[in-house]
Amino acid sequence: MPSLKDLRNRISSVKATQKITKAMQMVAAAKLRRAQAAAEAARPYAQRIEKVLVNLAGGVSSGAPLLLSGNGRDETHLLIVATAERGLCGAFNSSIVRLAREHIQRLQGQGKTVKILCVGKKGYDQLRRNYEKNIIELVELRGVRQIGFEQGDAIGRKVIELFESGEFDVATLFFSQFKSVIQQIPTALQLIPAQIPANENDVAASGPQASYEYEPGQDEILATLLPRNISVQIFRALLENAASEQGARMSAMDNATRNAGDMIKKQTTLYNRSRQAIITKELIEIISGAEAL
Amino acid sequence: MATFHFELVSPEKLLFSGEVDAVVAPGAEGLFTVLKDHAPVMTVLKPGVVEIDEAGKKEKLFVRGGFADVGLGGFTILAEYAIPVAELDAAKIGADIKDASEDVADAKTDEARRLAAEKLSQLQELKAALGL
Repeated sequence: MPSLKDLRNRISSVKATQKITKAMQMVAAAKLRRAQAAAEAARPYAQRIEKVLVNLAGGVSSGAPLLLSGNGRDETHLLIVATAERGLCGAFNSSIVRLAREHIQRLQGQGKTVKILCVGKKGYDQLRRNYEKNIIELVELRGVRQIGFEQGDAIGRKVIELFESGEFDVATLFFSQFKSVIQQIPTALQLIPAQIPANENDVAASGPQASYEYEPGQDEILATLLPRNISVQIFRALLENAASEQGARMSAMDNATRNAGDMIKKQTTLYNRSRQAIITKELIEIISGAEAL
Repeated sequence: MATFHFELVSPEKLLFSGEVDAVVAPGAEGLFTVLKDHAPVMTVLKPGVVEIDEAGKKEKLFVRGGFADVGLGGFTILAEYAIPVAELDAAKIGADIKDASEDVADAKTDEARRLAAEKLSQLQELKAALGL
């Protein structure tokens, strides 16, 4: 039976924890609003570049750039795993890592080589346990307050450089798609060879809507557009991730605050009960002492 | 004057969207003006100033390269980076020029060096043109 002092201490410590989780929840809510706005603001560009790419790629017959068609091999896979820099956000990090791990196991089962590029420390920490030697690099975004296009571009360039030096054949990006505060979907997106959206056929079927003129040439434009598209995709993934992280943290902290509330209620009842028990016991002692006289 | 739909987007946000009379854009092979019913063209942009004429009101934005897509539905510029010229100052262009000259120094292949040098000279021209 814990003493009254123990109970008092326990209650006050849970109250302190509740204050912290409540504060974290509110901070996450504020950050979420900003992250969501950033993710939404980035959407038009990604949509437009996709449209342009569909337009262009439909016209390319042979000799397409390697970034679009791949280098014809399927031996070495690069997995870009984007996670958060911080924990305490529910299952956010582990669900991305779980998806990546399933992917790795499947690829290794097929006898393929797997290389991992980690973005964000949490994913690195989790993947390091089993796949330390597969990890080729860790990109930390710890010091970055608001993710800008530069970060996406830097990673994109790195990936393209690796591809051009023949380090891998297929690149897949893992991140969490933001649906709502309570729903984030871990997603795998293939970057190289580029996946042109499926509506390409519809466009072709409805006939060429416009015969474009290209300046300088179609190939040159495609050659600059494709690397850009990769950077944009990564940038978008980072933004989605940022929003998802805050959403996940918000709901995790909401749960934690509620749990702390329950705990406080339970402990307070216990405290009051044992206090009353002690009083009753003392009364009984006094009364029976008086009767004995 | 007849108007058409024009959009200027950068990776971070949509900067301009609306009906305009004319747009002047810095294409890779020279400045070009787009009016209503322009033939479909797709081109690479070099660093420069995009001038939007919206019902007599002119707006100027600096773009650091990108793509221009003139289609039947209108004109879209996918800019690598864009800010209004009014917010542009010597320090920002200076930083770009410094980046570009570093690129020239770091370039591994001749082709990359040529491209980087081209970008550097475009930026320097632009700086002079804006009188900064």
